[in-house]
Amino acid sequence: MAARDQHGSGAPFPEVDTGRAANASSAAGFRSVGQSLRKVEGLDKAVGVAIYADDIVLPGMLHAKTLRSPHCHARIRSIDASAALALPGVIAVITGADLPTKYGVIPWTQDEQALAVDKVRFIGDEVAAVAAVDEDAANAALKLIKVDYEVLEAWLDPAESLANQLTDTRPAIHEGHKHGNISKHVDLEFGDVDGAFERADVVLENDYVFHSSTHAAIEPHCVVARESADGLLTLWSSTQITHYVQREVSRVLGIPQSRLRVIQPNLGGAFGGKSDPFSLEFVACKLAQVTGRPVKMLWTREEVFYAHRGRHAMNMRYKSAITKDGKILGVDAKILIDGGSYSSFGLVTTYYSGQLLTGPYAFPSYRFDSTRVFTNKPPCGPKRGHGSVQPRFAFEVQLDELAEAIGMDPIELRRKNDVGQHTTLVNGQRITSNGFLQCLDAVETKSAWRERRGKLPQGHGLGVAGSMYISGTNYPIYPNDMPQAGIQLKIDRSGLVTAFTGGNDIGQGSSSVVRTIVCEELGVDPLDVRVIAADTDLCPVDLGAYSSRVTFMVGNATIDACRKVRNQIVKAVAQKWAIDPQRVFLGRGEVFDADDRTRIITTTEAFQIAEATCDTLGATGAYNTPTLGGDYRGGSIGASPAYSFTAHVVEVHVDEETGILTVPNVWVAHDCGRALNPMLVAGQMEGSAYMGIVEALFEDHKVNRFGLHAGPSLLDYPLATAVDCPELHALIVESIDPEGPYGAKEAGEGPLHPALPALSNAIFDAVGIRLRELPFTPGKVLRALDAKREAEAKQGAPSC
Amino acid sequence: MATLQLDINGDVHRFEAPDHWTLLEALRYRLGLTGTKQGCDKGDCGACTVLIGGKPELSCLKLAGACKGSRITTIEGLMPAHRAAGGSGPDPVQDAFDRAGALQCGFCQPGMMLSARALLNDNPQPTRTEIREALSGNLCRCTGYQQIVQAVELAIHETTGAPIESPAWAEGQHPWSAPVSQAEPKS
Repeated sequence: MAARDQHGSGAPFPEVDTGRAANASSAAGFRSVGQSLRKVEGLDKAVGVAIYADDIVLPGMLHAKTLRSPHCHARIRSIDASAALALPGVIAVITGADLPTKYGVIPWTQDEQALAVDKVRFIGDEVAAVAAVDEDAANAALKLIKVDYEVLEAWLDPAESLANQLTDTRPAIHEGHKHGNISKHVDLEFGDVDGAFERADVVLENDYVFHSSTHAAIEPHCVVARESADGLLTLWSSTQITHYVQREVSRVLGIPQSRLRVIQPNLGGAFGGKSDPFSLEFVACKLAQVTGRPVKMLWTREEVFYAHRGRHAMNMRYKSAITKDGKILGVDAKILIDGGSYSSFGLVTTYYSGQLLTGPYAFPSYRFDSTRVFTNKPPCGPKRGHGSVQPRFAFEVQLDELAEAIGMDPIELRRKNDVGQHTTLVNGQRITSNGFLQCLDAVETKSAWRERRGKLPQGHGLGVAGSMYISGTNYPIYPNDMPQAGIQLKIDRSGLVTAFTGGNDIGQGSSSVVRTIVCEELGVDPLDVRVIAADTDLCPVDLGAYSSRVTFMVGNATIDACRKVRNQIVKAVAQKWAIDPQRVFLGRGEVFDADDRTRIITTTEAFQIAEATCDTLGATGAYNTPTLGGDYRGGSIGASPAYSFTAHVVEVHVDEETGILTVPNVWVAHDCGRALNPMLVAGQMEGSAYMGIVEALFEDHKVNRFGLHAGPSLLDYPLATAVDCPELHALIVESIDPEGPYGAKEAGEGPLHPALPALSNAIFDAVGIRLRELPFTPGKVLRALDAKREAEAKQGAPSC
Repeated sequence: MATLQLDINGDVHRFEAPDHWTLLEALRYRLGLTGTKQGCDKGDCGACTVLIGGKPELSCLKLAGACKGSRITTIEGLMPAHRAAGGSGPDPVQDAFDRAGALQCGFCQPGMMLSARALLNDNPQPTRTEIREALSGNLCRCTGYQQIVQAVELAIHETTGAPIESPAWAEGQHPWSAPVSQAEPKS
């Protein structure tokens, strides 16, 4: 192997420069990093033995079901569950009175209750729960629960919630909330925005509309809860935030956090849709307490649609100022966010809608005014690219319009405004590594942009867009000085290394990242590493799988722990060989003396020497972000230790007779810092790009005028199949971040953002229409084409 | 309640189940064969796909009682069948799905892999278009289908030697190009 310096000059991470050549990491002397090793749990999933929440069956287990509100806004006068309780097979019924404590993932906006106490706020809001010997009995019991509702007038239009919330006769959704139906308002200005508009050669202003979409993970939410005779609760939950679930459920149940064990089994997809504490977690625990029996609750697909927490609909007005040679001078945004019925992560959403737009382009001045309002709809929350996919759509379409206005190639305009690396953004966020220009180069070359854009046959087009995203933030949801990521290693004489991590592997491969790092640092075979994850009894705290934080934070914590234990091993072997520790190297499966390569032992033998010398082997590791962000209220929200960068080119075909769009190709170039496992990185890039494209083409999470979901099924809410999806070309760019683990940054959310605007921009290239309102249904395409023909006819231009 | 006798993965199971139970319920909640997944319980997502007489079918739309006399294959049956036929490791489709990155959350993949297995049994060298069509009854939310399609192509390559176009990320990468092993690449 290339003997990379393991003792180093004090630099925490190896210095390597590269744009990514194939296998750059292996060329740089890594042994596991940069290799597409199999996933830790991959083959278990392949052969069907991986256990997900609904696969868990415990002796004597009851099945629980939830009664949900048929009204989107109503007061509960009374609930009578006596007939339900009398039904054979029914063991318990609980209502809001049993779990009255309010909760919510953000400590300052806790406005949810596991079961409604006095009021329901959307169709599907939870009202009562039944535990029975089987699902049939539980479902039958739900029909016997009598709820007397006083139906209230609903708020379904976010503009009305904004305008009338103080004067309207309708009761507010959260009565007593000091700002009426306004969930959160943020108004921030950086630099002289008005001056920029005065000085600009071109000013452009337009409205953009982003619809709501949902995660639609294929696994419905499911939990199993059990209480031991001594009062210890165990909750298996399909969650991506084990730690926050432990905090909130224990608080609502009134038990110490240490007496609730939360375990995340294999998770069947999340995408942000399992990052709130949900009603079923509280309810199953309570029912387990009440009945003294294990309780399972599995939501139906319809319930998952109502639980939602998906992408917020936003109405956005953007105004941008630019010089005629293409320099952005200022951007002004006004955004109305439809939050649905509860706060969820809404405080963060509102900040993110403004704070994450300040790269990859340099903004000399910037202002945003974002307001999130409550409506009587399923609550919105974080979906992949939380809060920033919508403004990114608006602004990247506007950039394309600006490029057209000044007659500049859209890629060139983006290059010209690149903010660069090791710099500070207008809102105070720190940028370290930045591979955005390489991303633009990659998509330009691979899509043959220069040869094809604007030159394809009528109906065919190419569009570009760029973006930036966080690798976690230094805002830990609840303020505390403890590490954001912790890990623990156990090593023993058998040669086995076990890593205990609180990190939630939700399919993205975070446990596999841990294993890659352990292999890299200790030279062990992947099959000699076990990863125990997301079990609050066994694992150190990690804050969970959200904000694309896991690779960066858990990765750094893993390196920290590995190096501590590696130093122990090196010291012990050096002592045994009576040589300077600097000469002891951990190779692949072996430990050797760098000055005398005949002196060599297996890694297992080295572990035994270390165990004999140092006693039982192990180490902990941790990561915390440095102090980051602007010095103003909210300045730390969206401040990340490292930002990823992405560029897309989307190819589209527009059928001008039917309005149907076909997307044959998407090129996705993403700067992930360093690809610790290129297979997993490519999978995240492709999965992100797919999710963005299909939410632009098909998906629409909407309710009708009664607040009833328009189609809560995987057929009515159209998801793309293998034949609908483009060929996705993942182009990995490595900028080697100075603070990321081996230089790595996030790859799970950033690569979604440019898909939607790049598609809109491609449609413009294809047929000359600007689509500023999502989703791009055939009807909208045809209407825009008609409008264009009419406008051309008025001007006497030939219609095409 | 009815007494059922079903041939699942070559084993004959006799058990009691309510008359209205689907094959999916019988597999998951009576027989403990939880590899078959429930995503929607109404025939939209394809996660519950099993092979009945070698053809992919939705077990959530099939009454258990209607499967008497049929040969049923679930995801748990592929590896043993591969071993019984003299193979080693898992079925080549399962192995390829792991090596190509098709198993992110993995929840839709038992159904997906069975659809792929049925396709390859009928047509050992399908085109990419045929692969996409054969998998179009199985929804995946993680991958965008790219690594799934590539996984099927990898399985074809491994079993027939047909040439294959490696994805960009796999250039020079051991797990893509070499036979089944979890070992690290030798330097």
